[in-house]
Amino acid sequence: MDNHLSRRNLLTLGLGAGSAALLAACGDSGPSDKVTGAGQNAGPAAASYSGPNVTLAFWNGFTGGDGPFMKKLVDQFNSEHPNIKVTMNVYQWADYYQKVPAAVATGNGPDLGIMHVDHVATNAARGVILPLADLAKTLDLTEDDFSPPVWNAGVYRDTRYAIPLDVHPLGLFYNKTVLEKAGLDPAKPPATADEYMSALDTLKGKGVQGHWATPFPFTGQMQFTTLLWQNGGKLFDDQGTAPLFAEQQGVQALTWLTDLVKNGYSPKNVAQDADVVALRNGKNAFNWNGIWTINTLREDKALQWGVAPLPQVGSQKAAWAGSHQFVQFKQKAQDDNKLTAGKVFINWISQHSIEWAKAGQVPARKDIRDSAEFTALTEQAAIGTQIDYLQFLPATPGIADAMATVDTAVNEAILLRKEPGKALSDAAAKASQILEGNRKKYGA
Amino acid sequence: MAQDLLAPPAASERTDSTAPIRRVGRVTPYLFLIPYFLLFATFVLAPAVYGLWVSLHDWDYLLPGKPFVGLDNYQALFDSSSAVFEEFWQSMQATGIFTVASVPLLVTIPLALALMLNRAFPGRTFFRAVYFAPYVLGVAVIGVLWRFLLDPNLGAVNALLGAVGLPDASPWTTGLPWAWISLVAVTVWWTIGFNAVIYLAGLQDIPRELYEAARIDGGGKWAEFRHVTLPGLRPVLTFIVINTVLASSNMFGQALLITQGAPGNETRTAIMYIAQKGLREYNMGTAAAMSYLLTLALLLVSVITFRLLRDRDAS
Repeated sequence: MDNHLSRRNLLTLGLGAGSAALLAACGDSGPSDKVTGAGQNAGPAAASYSGPNVTLAFWNGFTGGDGPFMKKLVDQFNSEHPNIKVTMNVYQWADYYQKVPAAVATGNGPDLGIMHVDHVATNAARGVILPLADLAKTLDLTEDDFSPPVWNAGVYRDTRYAIPLDVHPLGLFYNKTVLEKAGLDPAKPPATADEYMSALDTLKGKGVQGHWATPFPFTGQMQFTTLLWQNGGKLFDDQGTAPLFAEQQGVQALTWLTDLVKNGYSPKNVAQDADVVALRNGKNAFNWNGIWTINTLREDKALQWGVAPLPQVGSQKAAWAGSHQFVQFKQKAQDDNKLTAGKVFINWISQHSIEWAKAGQVPARKDIRDSAEFTALTEQAAIGTQIDYLQFLPATPGIADAMATVDTAVNEAILLRKEPGKALSDAAAKASQILEGNRKKYGA
Repeated sequence: MAQDLLAPPAASERTDSTAPIRRVGRVTPYLFLIPYFLLFATFVLAPAVYGLWVSLHDWDYLLPGKPFVGLDNYQALFDSSSAVFEEFWQSMQATGIFTVASVPLLVTIPLALALMLNRAFPGRTFFRAVYFAPYVLGVAVIGVLWRFLLDPNLGAVNALLGAVGLPDASPWTTGLPWAWISLVAVTVWWTIGFNAVIYLAGLQDIPRELYEAARIDGGGKWAEFRHVTLPGLRPVLTFIVINTVLASSNMFGQALLITQGAPGNETRTAIMYIAQKGLREYNMGTAAAMSYLLTLALLLVSVITFRLLRDRDAS
């Protein structure tokens, strides 16, 4: 949920702030003087741009291995559209979410950007981003072209503000060598609660703690959320007005995680990222981590690893996921040419998102997910099979603020400082106050 | 024109009156102050006053309505049933714990270090550089470095402790009081050089004759330190104490990077919480009110420190 606080961002927060300010200073590179054959680009009329030359500023937070892939796509777009020039600026997500609203407020905002799905409602309510319903209509995009949870996540108050680019769910990463040594079949990762627990038992018998339960949002909170949904619970009610995570399903979910620690399947006091480091070092067998881990593990040539959909621990299937979505930002003066060109760009990237999948993401578009080219990306495809039961936060402004209380509860419970039930009910009490404050602020 | 004002008065005027000179004398210091004052007013004074204004509103700079709420934001900080009360005071407590634990070490250890490095011995410059070196690293670097070394299960620190037969499962970044010990130790390691250098400069300003006089009077090493070194360092000491208190109260990066405020929110400092409320949750009014309370507390601590050190000087 709190994607903007990812570990990569934290690591470079200090460095990012300075360079971001510098970058912001040169964010607007002005209109292009070059005159080329306008209106000659092919494609359906509704989705093309034939006006005068425009330059579009495109900001995002792809600072990791995904950055170069997006840059390549942008370059290709530029070469195919002589009258549109897209310039890309990259910030740390944490900086991005502070900088973009401020830039928009002063009239220096970018034209286009990416937002995580849990930030869309907040920024829609604050007037940072523009409705995109007309784009969806022009391009004849419907929920069938994506998948219902992903497509519906970009809607705030019956108005569409975002077009999905990708989803990035959790998956079950496993170390094949460790499984083999323990006598488990590395080709058949556990898929149910019983299989998972029996695998952990076997591993424990061989002296391996097989699931390092991490108390930090990355990915402890995501694991908790997954288990809560698998138990049929919810984080909040559909309107985002009341926390529901402290109900019995939530307690059950968090207890399952803390029991891993209590029963010795996980070490105590796991630090940030220690779970995935231990997986790479052969000290850990399973790691529920995000799809972005694919490229990290791939760098490790000696490592024998695999990834599968998360095991179904509860009564139904579910997995935490984030989603990158395209947005257009409010400008001081509306420029219809820029808006049209921006929409052409969004559409084009969306259609070419197979390239984006190679950066370690699941494309939001169904036709691309169903393509042979995507199926060939074994790891991404394995995680991508979870697409129909992914869940997102309700589209309520400021909902991420309330998620901070869940982070704390998960932290306290997994560090065995509070019983899961107590940790969650304390958090829920705070979350309802925060939600109430947000209702007052953003209007019910 | 300025040249005219500053030019020496003509001979004839010299006898009449000194008024023009006095007038010039009155203006000159302000002329010198203007450049600094402009910067100060633009980047400190104006934002500070603006912040006070913000703290009286329910303020999100992008929302059209910024309702005036009077002292509500402040009142909430003292109302135990409000959404921010518990977390705010917990963060203030975290700041307090860190300050109380780190300042004495950051004042005394660099002093001892400076006394040693002030003596003549081979390799002195090398050691001065060694102790100062960590200070040049950014907080991002030291944060990542130490989070890695202090990892409770995989870190080098626990591995080394285990290798020499000591307990090797201390939760350096995830448990109490270990998290505080880590944060204080890392901060001392990181900033020790800065205070030591200031002490060194102070030590070199103490006239050698005073030491000679003390020796002639039959004072030992301890007497020299008490009656010559310490009084000679008093202005430096005052600066270092106040500066260190302020720096420690503003601790942010180390906790953000090494412990992430864990366990629970125990090591989340006031600045971290203010940043979260203001910059991530866009509740600038509340954040501004908290900042003012923190400022007030720091002002109070600084005044008390200043008085304590000055009074001793007077006696």
